[in-house]
Amino acid sequence: MSDVPTLAVENLETHFFTKAGVAKAVDGVSFSVGRGEIMGLVGESGSGKSVTGFSILGLVDPPGRVVGGKVLFNGEDLIGASEQRMQKLRGNKIAMIFQDPMMTLNPVLRIDTQMIETVLAHEKVSKETARQRSRDTLAQVGIPSPEERMRAYPHQFSGGMRQRVAIAIALLNKPDLIVADEPTTALDVTIQGQILYEAQKLCRETGTALIWITHDLAVVAGLADKISVMYAGRLAEQGTIDDVLDHPVHPYTIGLLGSVPGHNTRGQRLYQIPGMTPSLLSLPDGCAFKERCEFSDAACALRQEITEPVPGRAVRCCHPQIEAAR
Amino acid sequence: MSEIQQTTRDVNPDILLVETPFQRFMADFLEDRVAVVSLGVLIGIIFIALFAPLISPMDPYDLAKVTILNGKLPPGSQSMDGVTYWLGTDGAGRGLLSSIFYGLRISLGVGVASAVVALCIGASIGLVAAYYGGRTDTIIMRIVDIQLSFPAILVALVLLAVLGKGIDKIIIALVIVQWAYYARTVRASALVERNKEYVEAATCLALGDRRILFRHLLPNCMPPLIVVGTVQTAHAISLEATLSFLGVGLPITEPSLGLLIANGFEYMLSEKYWISFFPGVALLITIVSINLVGDQLRDILNPRLQK
Amino acid sequence: MLEIKDISKRFVKRLDVAAKIANRLGASAKEEVVHAVDGVSIAINKGEVVGLVGESGCGKSTLGRMVAGILEPTSGEIHYKGNAVAAKTGKDAAEAALQIQMIFQDPFASLNPRMRVEDIIGEAPVLHGIVAASEKVSYVEQVMLRVGLDPEYRRRYPHQFSGGQRQRIGIARALAVKPDFLVCDEAIAALDVSIQAQVINLFMDLRRDLDLTYLFISHDLSVVEHISDRVVIMYLGRIVEVSPTDELFEKTNHPYTTALLNEVPRVEMRGLDYQPISGEIPSPLDPPTGCHFHPRCLHAMDRCAAERPELREISPGRLAACHLNDDK
Repeated sequence: MSDVPTLAVENLETHFFTKAGVAKAVDGVSFSVGRGEIMGLVGESGSGKSVTGFSILGLVDPPGRVVGGKVLFNGEDLIGASEQRMQKLRGNKIAMIFQDPMMTLNPVLRIDTQMIETVLAHEKVSKETARQRSRDTLAQVGIPSPEERMRAYPHQFSGGMRQRVAIAIALLNKPDLIVADEPTTALDVTIQGQILYEAQKLCRETGTALIWITHDLAVVAGLADKISVMYAGRLAEQGTIDDVLDHPVHPYTIGLLGSVPGHNTRGQRLYQIPGMTPSLLSLPDGCAFKERCEFSDAACALRQEITEPVPGRAVRCCHPQIEAAR
Repeated sequence: MSEIQQTTRDVNPDILLVETPFQRFMADFLEDRVAVVSLGVLIGIIFIALFAPLISPMDPYDLAKVTILNGKLPPGSQSMDGVTYWLGTDGAGRGLLSSIFYGLRISLGVGVASAVVALCIGASIGLVAAYYGGRTDTIIMRIVDIQLSFPAILVALVLLAVLGKGIDKIIIALVIVQWAYYARTVRASALVERNKEYVEAATCLALGDRRILFRHLLPNCMPPLIVVGTVQTAHAISLEATLSFLGVGLPITEPSLGLLIANGFEYMLSEKYWISFFPGVALLITIVSINLVGDQLRDILNPRLQK
Repeated sequence: MLEIKDISKRFVKRLDVAAKIANRLGASAKEEVVHAVDGVSIAINKGEVVGLVGESGCGKSTLGRMVAGILEPTSGEIHYKGNAVAAKTGKDAAEAALQIQMIFQDPFASLNPRMRVEDIIGEAPVLHGIVAASEKVSYVEQVMLRVGLDPEYRRRYPHQFSGGQRQRIGIARALAVKPDFLVCDEAIAALDVSIQAQVINLFMDLRRDLDLTYLFISHDLSVVEHISDRVVIMYLGRIVEVSPTDELFEKTNHPYTTALLNEVPRVEMRGLDYQPISGEIPSPLDPPTGCHFHPRCLHAMDRCAAERPELREISPGRLAACHLNDDK
């Protein structure tokens, strides 16, 4: 790993200016991902995890706007970058994979047309080279007989295969960073297993940094090196995957892990976090989680800063549960 | 149970602010200025139509008051008995303003009545087609296709030639011409709604077909139906005007706007433009305002256009 | 309590007039037949929670809908409390239908958006004479409390609730007709993790308090493991394995079950180092011959492609459909 991480996000703030008020969808999020590293970005709906992904690629649509912070890609700040520059990076050095592969795929064009276009848009190579590379990439993501399948249209593929094609398109120009937004949520377990396996292998081999956005802790458990847990637009807890999942210190992470049914929970009541995610338009003062938290007290009414209660761990909580860590 | 009950009150505060579907609908509607103005005009027109006998300067069909001596007065002129005719008079000496007020009453009445009847019939048929599917659906929709492949005006002309003149006859003709539009619209949205889980839930609760059709499916098919309903009302009004203009619609005793235009038509070339012109303007304003309201309805009721 | 006997459901896409004419002229359009459920038999005992697991296209939702009376089986019978469900008519049929209720996946689509909560919950009980119309409100309030909803919200519309609360409304609607049996079709799949836990706990409380029996359909093995007594695994319209939950998670029998269990992501697992099973789920339009799983199976033999394995008992209370069991 080089000194400069592939992506460093510093204090990112993305707000949505709606009629009903300002929604701070992303409010002070920082993390970094290095070469070949996989980070899981985990949160429930409305936690701002997807908006974080879109902010990195400069794809936030009005009424949303990135209002603060830095997105350093190989040391270059993308927040102030021109749309031209972003377009050059997107699909080339930074790629995105969506939950619905049809966001990437054009339904009326053949797969090969789309792939070759993607190559040619960013690189001056012959059409034959581009085709060659497309075929190799399809083979790389596990599509059988790519030469033949390339001539098909997206609707002729199954959901899992379409997602593979979308991943192949993302990989075409050997990007340094891939942002994947819930790419396996709509897929079956065995197909998800295959894609997770391929994704991990590819990152290790090509040195691509990967941000895997998901609501499913179990998915990132097997996949990622480190994990960032978001709650109501803010980072709750961050650290290596083993640290966070085995010894969570933020009460939200603890609650979340406790509420996942597993091998040993049969017949018992699951731990349940009371209440529901607050609306981003009317967050409580201070800690957004305080109303659902069993440890909350007067100190939680102040704005929480990110601290490092345990080395290598960033936590936004004034009562980190270091001892209670299970 | 205590843990469960804890969770109940935690509703997002901003969710609490949201009102009934109707209130939300009104708030959306009022956002567009053109639509609000059109709605205002439309309400004015409906008001005039409803209260024509009370607000008209004169009763144009009271033979005691109409004299041929006042015939063909230009707009703004005074008659010999000192009454001002702001829009002039027609060949028989009836004040055009009053005639238009009475004409609106009939035009609007015919349009709305035929639209409502056609909507009820068409919606029921469309619902049945979508819900039962299979052969029922095929037969109904083929009839709809055939119906829609004939020009409306042609079908109406033939029907009226057979039925004869009269308000009831023209309403029947307009209903027969228009029900198919509603049937097709309702079927399309009912096909989508039918596959939603709330309909399955209703089946599971053994609520009975009729209840599921009319209490569960129909209310959820209303948005496109309302849009088509407004557009078709405007269409019905103009169709009725056309038929009356051609002389096959309403009898001379029930003068709608179309008939007024037809009456003035013979004077057009003798520079007495107002006899046809003002009823024409009234018809235009009515139809345009209905259509503009319909456009806004379509915009706010179309889930695809919503943010 | 509930016995499903050799039930099948085929969806046939019939030829339309145009295709029929085209066929006359020499085209070869065929009717498309999907065997969504293909000869499935299960018996469910009173008070039991049976988990039904499978991937998309395995027919688990279709099976659930047949049990709930939403779809009619193409062949086979469902017996409920000893009587064939299909044989009943009129009022008996309606009463029988109410005994088995369904909880749906999508908390948005499963509630009629144009009805108030009190009507959603109270409509069926009043219509079927379970409560008098005059007592509807108090009855609805009682049911809402039961599922953890504030009765004050009974005049609201579904869009004013969060996903988890809507799912509770769906549960209340089912409970209001006093069923004995609930079919839960992916009932928690669309909810956030922390809300899932709340709803799972609610299901368990209701089971204890109201003595309910569940058919719990899910693709999520961790949830099924948590909640069920027995697990039924389906693949492409057929049952491949039935087993008490503990035994299944200790040792699987059918190769498909093994693969499925391996690939369930779990929080305890780190670093993927296994090779996932290859291949795609075949289209139910054109399933493989013999054992449906053989093209993806590591242990496939010639016999697997030719002969459909029967579901038979391999140990007490445990069934599997695999030719490998014949050698043992």
